[in-house]
Amino acid sequence: MKQLLILSGKGGTGKTTMAGAFIKLSNAQGYADCDVDAPNLHLLMNRSDEAKNTDYYGMPKADIDIYRCTRCGKCKSLCRFDAIEIAADGAYFVNIPACEGCGVCSVVCPDGVISMVPSISGSLKLYQEGTVFSTAQLKMGSGNSGKLVTEVKKQLLQSDRQIDFAVVDGSPGIGCPVIASMSGVDAVLIVAEPSVSGISDLERILKTAGHFHVPAMVCVNKADLNAQNTEKIEQYCMEHTIPFVGKIPFDNRVHDALNKGLSAVDVDCPAGTEINRIFGEISTRLFLKNHNNKNEFGGY
Amino acid sequence: MGKNKMKIAVLSGKGGAGKTMVSVNLAAACSKAVYLDCDVEEPNGYLFFKPQIVAQETVTVPIPVCDQEKCNGCRTCVEFCKFNALAYVKDKLFVFDTVCHACGGCILFCEQKALSEQERPIGKIQTGTSGNVQVVTGILDTGEESGVPIIRKILKEAIVSTSSCVVIDCPPGSGCSVMESIRDADYCVLVAEPTIFGAHNLEMVYELTKIFGKSVGVVLNKCMEGQDPSEMFCTENGLKILEKIPFDREINQLNSNGKILVRENQAYLKRFRKLLADIEKEVHL
Repeated sequence: MKQLLILSGKGGTGKTTMAGAFIKLSNAQGYADCDVDAPNLHLLMNRSDEAKNTDYYGMPKADIDIYRCTRCGKCKSLCRFDAIEIAADGAYFVNIPACEGCGVCSVVCPDGVISMVPSISGSLKLYQEGTVFSTAQLKMGSGNSGKLVTEVKKQLLQSDRQIDFAVVDGSPGIGCPVIASMSGVDAVLIVAEPSVSGISDLERILKTAGHFHVPAMVCVNKADLNAQNTEKIEQYCMEHTIPFVGKIPFDNRVHDALNKGLSAVDVDCPAGTEINRIFGEISTRLFLKNHNNKNEFGGY
Repeated sequence: MGKNKMKIAVLSGKGGAGKTMVSVNLAAACSKAVYLDCDVEEPNGYLFFKPQIVAQETVTVPIPVCDQEKCNGCRTCVEFCKFNALAYVKDKLFVFDTVCHACGGCILFCEQKALSEQERPIGKIQTGTSGNVQVVTGILDTGEESGVPIIRKILKEAIVSTSSCVVIDCPPGSGCSVMESIRDADYCVLVAEPTIFGAHNLEMVYELTKIFGKSVGVVLNKCMEGQDPSEMFCTENGLKILEKIPFDREINQLNSNGKILVRENQAYLKRFRKLLADIEKEVHL
């Protein structure tokens, strides 16, 4: 399976827009949304099949039996995450979102009244009719998105379907969810934005990809909104021998298409045309020649 | 303006909705403010403020190191570690630095006293000034997994003078680092863009702020003609809309070149001052 991951560093540059378009253009047999903090790909894919839901258990959380707690304070003094708090009436309680589940408190409690209880941190969803779509929803307040990303990818990889090409939509940033999503991918397309923030964030995500030896390519979205900055990005890529694969113009019709649940290549517009061309170039780079021929991808 | 100190967290769920634009301009519109960039994975606020850096400190996390001479291979630490950061292979204890959460448990429970702590750098915090604003920027080193310890430190050390308003620029998403960023905030400003994506992520962070018991208001950004799914969500859920900022090529031009709107244009200054006053009213309700 060839995996193309879409990242951006900075949020809101158009990762999901690109992912949706590429899935359409390639007839990808598999795709995944690794932005479990803010998943959106499902809003574009309009699946008619039912997802198989699986509860995802993150780290267990500490639980204090307040009736047996002698309020000695040992747990509070040793918790590195400030997750043990004292209520107005003096009772000790666990601040659940702050608890990272390390279990120190449960071991040090002299009265043995702290237990570690399993905790559902989210829900994994797997669609399998025709094509395979793996996604998840993080339960609010549970954190731990990196581990959930790993599970989302596992669902895609362990599918019994023959998947030759998969598109993986990533999350913004450079931290654990992003690092988790990079494992095993063949290439990363970084969607950049022509702003000073976009340039700074691009440099940091490129360094991160380099750190984990993942080959990266760059395109600029809404390129004409700041042609000078687009130029700078192109220059930067040239200096660092990073393939620069295209410039997508700002296009209101993309915005309208997305709000109707359509992809950018479903409407006839300059942005869609450029995305189509970019996809061709990426396919060639991934050794998937002639993307217009569905059979090359084993499409159905 | 800014008579009472208040901590305002600006978040959005979705990236690129305009968190940094809103928080930078809120802080700059204040007579005296502290701006905390908690988007440590991709900090951008300093690109706008261009602060004069007065201090820089390295942020470290305490990770265990093993004195192999003292280690008797009992594996108590390996069995305790919930993060699988320790392994005992071929008569040797291995520590996987980047997965360690620095809970300290392994050191605490080692009967041989073979483990001790060593500080490992994961990033830095820069403090500087830009006119009326004290700018604090957290920066995670590339290749590092979690910026939470940096955020925790920024918020703990943020010096709040009595005349200051603190603006916290949060990371995107709704995971650990966002939760850490809003933990101590008095008020949350949710920035949303007019797409179905924006509305869906607005719903998620609104849910998150409810869990934390925060009062919230919404700034609708990049508003265009036609339907705004985020605005519809606000109306349906009785969420207060604090401000509507149109999609505007001038704003985009200033913003994409790292300019602060309220320092360029009186009309924007007036607008953000009003937004600040409205938030203040909400905080002291």
